[in-house]
Amino acid sequence: MTTVLGIPIQVLFGQLLLGLINGAFYAVLSLGLALIFGLLNIINFAHGALYMMGAFAAWLLLSHAGIGYWGALVLAPLLVAGIGIAVERTMLSRLYKLDHLYSLLLTFGLALIAEGVFRQLYGISGLPYEIPASLRGGWNLGFMFLPVYRGWVVMASLILCLGTWIAIEKTRLGALLRAATENPPLVQAFGVNVPRLVTATYGFGVAVAALAGVLAAPIYSVNPLMGSNLIITVFAVVVIGGMGSILGSIVTGFLLGLVEGLTKVFFPQGAATVVFVVMAIVLLVKPAGLFGRSN
Amino acid sequence: MAEPILEVAGLEGWYGDSHVLHGMTFAVQPGEVVTLLGRNGVGKTTTMRAITGLLAKRQGSIRVEGTETIDLPPHRIARLGLGYCPEERGIFAGLSVRENLELPPVVRPGGLSLAEVHALFPRLQERAGSQGTKLSGGEQQMLAIARILRTGARLLLLDEPTEGLAPVIVAHIGRIIRQLRERGFTILLVEQNFHFAATVADRHYVVEHGKVVDMVPNAALAANMEKVKAYLGV
Repeated sequence: MTTVLGIPIQVLFGQLLLGLINGAFYAVLSLGLALIFGLLNIINFAHGALYMMGAFAAWLLLSHAGIGYWGALVLAPLLVAGIGIAVERTMLSRLYKLDHLYSLLLTFGLALIAEGVFRQLYGISGLPYEIPASLRGGWNLGFMFLPVYRGWVVMASLILCLGTWIAIEKTRLGALLRAATENPPLVQAFGVNVPRLVTATYGFGVAVAALAGVLAAPIYSVNPLMGSNLIITVFAVVVIGGMGSILGSIVTGFLLGLVEGLTKVFFPQGAATVVFVVMAIVLLVKPAGLFGRSN
Repeated sequence: MAEPILEVAGLEGWYGDSHVLHGMTFAVQPGEVVTLLGRNGVGKTTTMRAITGLLAKRQGSIRVEGTETIDLPPHRIARLGLGYCPEERGIFAGLSVRENLELPPVVRPGGLSLAEVHALFPRLQERAGSQGTKLSGGEQQMLAIARILRTGARLLLLDEPTEGLAPVIVAHIGRIIRQLRERGFTILLVEQNFHFAATVADRHYVVEHGKVVDMVPNAALAANMEKVKAYLGV
């Protein structure tokens, strides 16, 4: 059997794939967080709960309306984005002029409420969500077995991240968004309805989180705590990438997933903390994050 | 006389608890270049911010082509045909020169084409791919003016466009303002440099303590020089 540093190559690549899958979710979730932080200046602690709600929306659509995975992939983000937009309009928008702490507390409270409600209704043991028939099975790559669904999750996440990055960096709408992140009053004085742009951005960030939830449902099962288990790591990713940096979130998300995967192979007891160790080192060396701009 | 394109009456304005504007009243006719002259801190920039809607707390009346704007949000005011060039220029660091130039949406038909803008400001074409804030102060000022010309706005609010610039650049901006006037733009200009203002404006409103205290037609500026100098403390 081929080994690398005494580790069978199948084990190594298996863990790297797991790391890549986790990294895909880190990237997609931190992308939404970075987008929301950049424009709204809000640390959206509800992001994990919104991801969880995306997974639940997929499960509910299947069990109550018979709408399968592909339908849920479109509908769940729309439904959860609708909830997010209502929250932004009725609550968050009142806090923009206050300190970050207020929005952090509000979104943290909302996350706790959402988790509590789903916990009360569906328990914490997790609800199964089957992989759609067209994405079952796997490929034997010789050095490892790649399940089709996991390959799909990585590809879909990459496409989503890349698409969002292109939209923000290369389009006029993206330029408006970047400008509104820098100087919202001036952009509004140019005739742009910035409050609407802010709402749409929050809605998009939420939709992306919910989409990640749908993608995650067949892998992790649907659980009220699935978001809170992930969100702290995702915040670390955002900090390492640079608060508000889209590219930073994407690259750091995937990289840290891989680092975590490798740590599981070579130093398993450090796997849970490696992301935070990296965060501490990055903050010491580059306080604005790897891709952040220091003010 | 035609209806004023901008009519400000009894305008009061506040920054937090600080009462800054105390009944500003003045009017600008279509096609005019008018300056608000005054010392630092008398409320000229605050007046501009009130007109654009960026000053959150304001009372009184601001009419743009007859439409009352005092209760409108900034984006709706801009869409009445206003172009704003702020004192700090407001060039976006995260955007290239071209992106900065193309950023403001078209608010009315009849704006300058990109080719016309480049003909007025050739440097902006040469540096299209540079980061906006990497331009020199003069180039940034030109970019700040250029980007509102594309939008179709007919009333331009220019806040201290010559501040901190070399004389050769000031002269260039003066030529641009005169060209814009010839093209029918209306310009409200905030200036401390009345020597510059005298080369471009039709009339000057003198501002003190948040209100207009005098109006001097440009033709009468020389005759009133001592009075204007006294107002400006120079």
